[in-house]
Amino acid sequence: MSIESSVADRRFPVDRQALVNRLREVLPAQALLVEEEAMRPYDCDGLTAYRQLPLIVALPADEGQAQAILKVCHELKAPVVPRGAATGLSGGAMPHRDGVLVSLAKLKKIIRVDPVSRTAVVQPGVRNLSVSEAAAPYGLYYAPDPSSQIACTIGGNVAENAGGVHCLKYGLTVHNVLRVRGLTIEGEIVEFGNAALDAPGYDLLALLNGSEGLLAMITEVTVKLTPKPELAQVVIASFADVRLAGDAVASIIAAGIIPAGLEMMDKKAIHAVEPYVNAGYDMDAEAILLCESDGTPEEVAEEIGRMTAVLEKSGASGIRVSQDEGERLKFWAGRKAAFPAVGRMTPDYLCMDGTIPRKRLAEMLLAINGLSEKYALRCANVFHAGDGNLHPLIMYDANQPGELERAAAFGAEILQLSVRFGGTITGEHGVGIEKIAVMAEQFSLAEIATFHGLKAAFDEHGLLNPGKGVPTLARCREYTQARAGSAATPTRS
Amino acid sequence: MEALIENWVGRVAEAASAGRSLAIRGGGSKAFYGHPENGDVLEVGAYRGIVAYEPTELVVTARAGTPLSELAAALAEQGQWLPFEPPHFGAAATLGGMLAAGLSGPRRQAVGAVRDFVLGVKVLSGAGEVLSFGGQVMKNVAGYDVPRLMAGSLGTLGVLLEVSLKVLPLPVAEKSLRFTIDEASALARLNQWGGQPLPISASAWHDGVLTLRLSGAAAAVAAAQRALAGEELPEADAVAFWQSLREQTHAFFAGDGPLWRLSLPSVAPRQALPGSTLIEWGGAQRWLRGGDSRAIREAAAKAGGHATLFRADDALKASAGVFQPLPAPLLRIHRNLKHAFDPQGVFNRGRMYPGL
Ligand SMILES: Cc1cc2nc3c(=O)[nH]c(=O)nc-3n(C[C@H](O)[C@H](O)[C@H](O)COP(=O)(O)OP(=O)(O)OC[C@H]3O[C@@H](n4cnc5c(N)ncnc54)[C@H](O)[C@@H]3O)c2cc1C
Repeated sequence: MSIESSVADRRFPVDRQALVNRLREVLPAQALLVEEEAMRPYDCDGLTAYRQLPLIVALPADEGQAQAILKVCHELKAPVVPRGAATGLSGGAMPHRDGVLVSLAKLKKIIRVDPVSRTAVVQPGVRNLSVSEAAAPYGLYYAPDPSSQIACTIGGNVAENAGGVHCLKYGLTVHNVLRVRGLTIEGEIVEFGNAALDAPGYDLLALLNGSEGLLAMITEVTVKLTPKPELAQVVIASFADVRLAGDAVASIIAAGIIPAGLEMMDKKAIHAVEPYVNAGYDMDAEAILLCESDGTPEEVAEEIGRMTAVLEKSGASGIRVSQDEGERLKFWAGRKAAFPAVGRMTPDYLCMDGTIPRKRLAEMLLAINGLSEKYALRCANVFHAGDGNLHPLIMYDANQPGELERAAAFGAEILQLSVRFGGTITGEHGVGIEKIAVMAEQFSLAEIATFHGLKAAFDEHGLLNPGKGVPTLARCREYTQARAGSAATPTRS
Repeated sequence: MEALIENWVGRVAEAASAGRSLAIRGGGSKAFYGHPENGDVLEVGAYRGIVAYEPTELVVTARAGTPLSELAAALAEQGQWLPFEPPHFGAAATLGGMLAAGLSGPRRQAVGAVRDFVLGVKVLSGAGEVLSFGGQVMKNVAGYDVPRLMAGSLGTLGVLLEVSLKVLPLPVAEKSLRFTIDEASALARLNQWGGQPLPISASAWHDGVLTLRLSGAAAAVAAAQRALAGEELPEADAVAFWQSLREQTHAFFAGDGPLWRLSLPSVAPRQALPGSTLIEWGGAQRWLRGGDSRAIREAAAKAGGHATLFRADDALKASAGVFQPLPAPLLRIHRNLKHAFDPQGVFNRGRMYPGL
């Protein structure tokens, strides 16, 4: 089963044949897919429950072709949905039924790696990990490391402001991008940011990060490269109680330590991962923390000592420190494989992405356990604990009647709780189509209206990725009314 | 406090209907920056005070009128600070002015700028509505990143009411080193060091002398000091030196002549422009005294960056423009954004660019 998208509130009166004809004039034949069978693989992203066929799929090979596509679409007022590797988890790259799905996957050249300025200029379809691989000979790497880094693209990373397990110390995508070159919906070339550290005028570069393909189509990105630390080591601490693990996270920060990575997994996640990856995790623990230190050998030794002391004092039942680079990578491999590992245990899962203040991690975990019983669905938890970013993985079977609906309601409750705890509905995966209704939980009508104004500043006719990211005001009203009718208390006026 | 906002909502409505501009004023410490204030002054300094601060969350939320010195003192009590070292430019400096001006100090290249640390804002829009964006958590991609858009927008998009910032622990150890070296070699060295995992937290070259600051764990600072050699500066002198750059009280900044700020790729070669120069941020920020506006703007653009007329008299600002002109498509987006937040053009009209 899949939720056929009733999501794009707005229809666009597009003449498909006219659109195909015009695109054929400006593109080589192999750059267009028009048969249903050929378009099928493009009908969803990582949020597979939501599927939609576009009118046409376009596969530009360079910026010029992308530009030509946009000009045609703008002229014919046809929606455009950009797509990278489609690893997105919020449906951001799901096609629009009246529009063109534009895959940037063929724009995959690393244009330049400059070890002196510590930057790389890459096309949007370049995979995240390839940037670090290209920079490795110079002792440099690209710091943001989403767990999907072997597949996801830089264009998609910018569009989602992707994070990784090391972003507590090294920042999110927005902190590691200097310049984005892109196309407006009119097909005009624009540069946001530059090769310096700032640009004149408003910080449009910051706006582009996390804009989910709604403001511009990204065609080139200059990223910052970071010198590889001399040494990195990771501590794994086991806890017999999730509360102790949650409090340990706050205690590490309170001790003035900013770990290079600070991740948490609960028992279900450990049990999903261990048989799959043999990472060496403690199967008896209720929760484990992975806490990384990097720097000079002296610095790491000192910091690992301090981390270990805090973890012991916080009631860890077991502590292990990686002894060499191989072991460190093995410890991380488990965490990075958490989603596919859970995927093996269940036909389908929904990945939530709320962020909350760290001090409420344990409370949230207990609340999720309660919801898991209420909805009779299993849930494994992996958290970017250092950032307070949660990834509860709600397991369900779409072939069982009612399970998807239950999973969605379970997820919505987690997001509502995230807002009530002083956090947000999405930390790094984006709103896309998945969380569009819940936006009303976090923003007032006036705030949503401001987002629409901001969008219109870039895209007057609303052609870039319509129906994603920001709900219509009508939907917000519906949501608020429905919520007011239910027992739950509204969280914000 | 809420009465203050109600009063401002009235002022905004009045100004909008009269077609007038309001000049938003926090402490007035950065009134010199940008084009001159224009319209009736809206004093916002009274809306002040820390709203929430939890050291273990690494987040502080304060009203925009909060003096920066008060905020810094509260953070220091918990061993934390604003690591981008924002310039105050006077005791009256406020949090709101800091964000609106978007200026960062000596540590910018190492840790990031104001915009990298903003997590959330509450603003009063030109339509008289109080709006909140972002939040108090480290990662948040719900809605467009309006908080970062506010950094450096010079009050043209609304009245900042509340700001949430990420804060960090103070560095454990710091050492400053000096080297005698010419400009071109200093630039080459800085870029070479930048590619190594060294804990360099600030750099400045002026008049044949390069000063470096190392910050971090004691062991890392000591190791870097051994590797780099250089002459160690006594601690008190080092603190005073970096402070004099941050606050522009260093002798280089003295006098009334125009001061240009060139923001360039760190690898841009030595600029053949007349006038005395001071280089910061590993080569990415270069200050210049005097010179021909057109030649400076052209040189900056050619090098891949831009030039700001940081301090000058109003006549020169009017003729040269304070900020590098924007290409047409970007200017159009700027105007549209201004319209989205401030449809009547009430706030700080013309402070950044004509028509914004
Ligand atoms: C197993 C797994 C683990 C993951 N782990 C993480 C993680 O640790 N951290 C994290 O942040 N995310 C994670 N993700 C989510 C996902 O990988 C990221 O959101 C990633 O940034 C998406 O990149 P993509 O190339 O796949 O983009 P897509 O999914 O193709 O697109 C994502 C969005 O970007 C837009 N877009 C893509 N390319 C462009 C372009 N050139 N111009 C304009 N807009 C564009 C699309 O329209 C869409 O809205 C994970 C996903 C999976 C499946």
